[in-house]
Amino acid sequence: MSLPVQVGEAAGYAIEVEDLAIRYHGKPALSSVTLQVPSHEIFGIIGPANSGKTSFLRAINRMDLMTAGMEVSGSVRVEGRDVRSWRNPYALRQRIGVVFPLPVGLPLSIYDNVALSSRLRGTRKKADLDVIVERCLRRAALWDEVKDRLDSLGSLLSGGQQQRLTIARALSQDPSILLLDEFSIAVDPVTTMRIEEVLAELKSEMTIVLVTNLVQQARRLASRTAFFLTGELVEVTETEAMFEGGAQDPRTTAYVEGKFG
Amino acid sequence: MFEATAQNRNNRKVEGLFRLLFLWMTCMLILPVALILGVLVYRGGPAISWEFLFTQPLNNMTAGGILPALVGTVWLVVVALIASVPVGVAAALYLSEYAPDNRLTRAINLAIINLAGVPSIVHALFGLGAFVIFFRFGTSILAASLTLAVMTLPVVIVATRESLQTVPLAFREACWNMGATRWQTIRKIVLPNAISGILTGVILEVSRTSGETAPIMFTGAAAFIPFLPQGVLDQTMAMSLHLFVISTQVPDVPEHMPFGVALVLISMVLAMNGISIAFRVYLRGRKKW
Repeated sequence: MSLPVQVGEAAGYAIEVEDLAIRYHGKPALSSVTLQVPSHEIFGIIGPANSGKTSFLRAINRMDLMTAGMEVSGSVRVEGRDVRSWRNPYALRQRIGVVFPLPVGLPLSIYDNVALSSRLRGTRKKADLDVIVERCLRRAALWDEVKDRLDSLGSLLSGGQQQRLTIARALSQDPSILLLDEFSIAVDPVTTMRIEEVLAELKSEMTIVLVTNLVQQARRLASRTAFFLTGELVEVTETEAMFEGGAQDPRTTAYVEGKFG
Repeated sequence: MFEATAQNRNNRKVEGLFRLLFLWMTCMLILPVALILGVLVYRGGPAISWEFLFTQPLNNMTAGGILPALVGTVWLVVVALIASVPVGVAAALYLSEYAPDNRLTRAINLAIINLAGVPSIVHALFGLGAFVIFFRFGTSILAASLTLAVMTLPVVIVATRESLQTVPLAFREACWNMGATRWQTIRKIVLPNAISGILTGVILEVSRTSGETAPIMFTGAAAFIPFLPQGVLDQTMAMSLHLFVISTQVPDVPEHMPFGVALVLISMVLAMNGISIAFRVYLRGRKKW
């Protein structure tokens, strides 16, 4: 391992972002963001629509390479290493699980959805895949509902089930970082609570970045929370403090109290 | 209670008028097709028999069957497909999945559209110059099929690109975010879900290819050859050219023969289109999202 890795891990940060700016076709979406996400923490990001939350996530796993017109400047370090120094961005993305706002059940069987990532990495043995599929579906709290129909299409599950399938798929990557982008937008409250319980357990194994439009969800889960507003990072504060009136910026207080946004 | 205003009544009347107009236009569209088919079946039907389909032409093509033309058309279509489908699908994959949206890509797309608009006689002359003379394939199935392939490439590319684009971007992004390369994403998700659409395009190409006359006239099809082609460097007869020849070039052809040839040709094309429609229905029936 190279030196920067040790520096990053010594500091205990999974993600370090410095002076990050993102533009789409020259139009700024996010500017001068500097923050650190400690390892094994749930890090919340809140903010109204168009505040640059999703763009922030896309910069972490280098989706700028797959997105026409997306330009990233500044530095993003994952486990101490600048993401742009990875010559193989696919290897970087394998370490980072992503869950989208709308569930994406790939048009494959439930089993194949969860086995896909391992297969892409060259795991062929059915016995190995069986273990991975069951473990990930159990951890995503979906196993009991689908264990008898693993061959049916993942894209035909209900919204809440598909979202848990998406989480199972992300976990099958065995990621060290999990990026969740407003995962509960298409999920009923009961399922949301179940997923939140899962996330609280996963914290011991991975770093979780939770982008959410439900400020109370950030409050329930995140140790620290960042507030993004119209392409700017307003502040990063201990979550409890932020909700107890201890925010540094009056706009944050107004937002978490539901006065705008 | 509720009273229809003059405006409401007028809207309703106009609605009815347009409905009638569109229905009328649709009927006008179907009429010629139905007439052509009717005439062909009525006048060409009596010519069709096993003997007609499976024997050689006799007496300067005024009697006998059409076997060499039938076999020749199959050769031409198959070789054209082998040449054009891999190239067309690969080009569509590049344009749809890899190409950045820049001036070059847009120029290529424009070129493809223009290629589709080039008259077939121009393709014929191009094929004559390029394949027959420059590449020294001579007048042969190979030269004729390559000419047909160039001519129908846009059909394959456009059909493939459109069917690739029916696969939602969200599926691709989900794969990319897992660390899949573009190729892995194409192989695992995009192609399996686009394949029926691509096949539809291929079948449309077949029906177009089998009916073309001009591009093969100078490049590989001959009016009369009394034996079946043995390889791609042979000349061949073809249904479309045979129809042209016996309708215009040969005296004393019994009247039912050209109609019979046309009926066989159009049946081939309709059968192909039927298969393509069946594919589309099948595709809709097992939509996976």
